[in-house]
Amino acid sequence: MTKVTMTVNGKSVSAEAEGRTLLVNYLREGLGLTGTHVGCDTSQCGACVVHVDGKAVKSCTVFAMDVAGSEVRTIEGMANADGSLGVVQQAFQDHHGLQCGFCTPGMVMTTAALLANNPKPTEAEVRHELEGNICRCTGYHNIVKAVLAASGQDAGAMAAE
Amino acid sequence: MHNFEFVKPSSIADAVAALAAEGAQPLSGGQTLLPTMKQRLAAPEVLVSLTGIPEMQGVCTGDGGLHIGGATPHAVVAREAASHYPALAALAGGIGDPAVRNRGTIGGSVANNDPAACYPAAVLASGVTVVTSTRKIAADDYFQGMFTTALEEGEFITSVIFRIPQAAAYVKFNQPASRFALTAVFVAKFADGVRVAVTGASNNGVFRWEEAEDALTADFSAGAIAGLTASAEDMISDLHGSAAYRANLVKVLTGRAVTAAR
Ligand SMILES: Cc1cc2nc3c(=O)[nH]c(=O)nc-3n(C[C@H](O)[C@H](O)[C@H](O)COP(=O)(O)OP(=O)(O)OC[C@H]3O[C@@H](n4cnc5c(N)ncnc54)[C@H](O)[C@@H]3O)c2cc1C
Ligand code: FES
Ligand code: FES
Repeated sequence: MTKVTMTVNGKSVSAEAEGRTLLVNYLREGLGLTGTHVGCDTSQCGACVVHVDGKAVKSCTVFAMDVAGSEVRTIEGMANADGSLGVVQQAFQDHHGLQCGFCTPGMVMTTAALLANNPKPTEAEVRHELEGNICRCTGYHNIVKAVLAASGQDAGAMAAE
Repeated sequence: MHNFEFVKPSSIADAVAALAAEGAQPLSGGQTLLPTMKQRLAAPEVLVSLTGIPEMQGVCTGDGGLHIGGATPHAVVAREAASHYPALAALAGGIGDPAVRNRGTIGGSVANNDPAACYPAAVLASGVTVVTSTRKIAADDYFQGMFTTALEEGEFITSVIFRIPQAAAYVKFNQPASRFALTAVFVAKFADGVRVAVTGASNNGVFRWEEAEDALTADFSAGAIAGLTASAEDMISDLHGSAAYRANLVKVLTGRAVTAAR
């Protein structure tokens, strides 16, 4: 075991890790940040997406030691300073972009990364960018609406399929 | 997953030394290796991360064409190669999903030589030079069958040099569950001839469809291959598509790539 240090949601943190400790286990077990979910553990579902130095990555497919010293952001870092929901989170709630909520942390993190690069995505771009995030409940339509709304676009104009 | 010792060198020279250790293996984006290790299909004793080596990052033009550092992630190639080699950038931007593209690297993909991976098609069609820690390997000598390459124990890819064609396109028929290619074709037109590389279709991994290359070198139009048939012999047959289905896709996608090439 070695002490691995990184910045998580703006705070410098450290926890013990082995070579094989995945970033998601470092966050959940090492730091108690259980908002990041493990849906598949096979790199397919995107429930575990967090940001590493501003980029969306699957935290089940990265070793904690490989990102030592990085800036990591998790779903716990997405709320506003006063504890109210952040813009993306609020849009998911307003547009019923979740049912069971298991995929939601990954959806929100992927959406935040998408909007940072492309503040006004088209519906097609949203669907392409969310390809790595699987949802068993919603059928995606309301998720796409939530992402468009979070970008300040009129999601009501999106065709109901 | 079995445990291992983790090392992260910051230069190619240090990586060469680290990889000389017994049971050492390179780690790049880990988007293939981590799932493989979770299944205990790989159990390195020492894992040498190549992601902290500045010399292995980035895209630039130089001697012989477009140089891409071995540890450059797909997302960076999608962005930075766009003005130099649009078909290559589009291929990188269509790999997997955003999170895979942020971690996965060209060196890892070309080293792994998955029979359904995208980069091997671009490498073979562009007549790339694969630059390793010890030598330079021509694309035609590099791929040696499914998951098999000319790389030797301890040798790793430090960069790849693409010849930039006059026109090119990559057309991928997605396998939507895995997001890999069910079958895909890369067509590249050079002053000295056309190269056509096919991935996702053959039991022997990526290959050149030479009959189509000859026809397209004579006449670069989708019509030029209308009379040809790709052989279904040695093509992959699985629940996603039969060998005959893939053989037909090879021809259809080659035609589409020629039409889309620019
Ligand atoms: C959900 C998902 C979807 C995907 N979809 C696609 C797709 O559509 N198309 C596609 O092409 N790929 C796809 N991939 C694979 C992805 O592109 C991988 O990133 C790539 O195949 C491996 O690159 P890596 O950097 O992650 O390598 P790693 O996983 O780190 O390594 C892979 C192998 O190569 C070796 N290696 C790594 N770097 C080097 C080097 N520089 N020199 C020598 N050996 C090295 C390792 O030891 C290991 O054996 C997908 C992966 C996932 C998880
Ligand atoms: S838990 Fe990481 S991709 Fe599913
Ligand atoms: S809301 Fe249940 S998996 Fe997406």
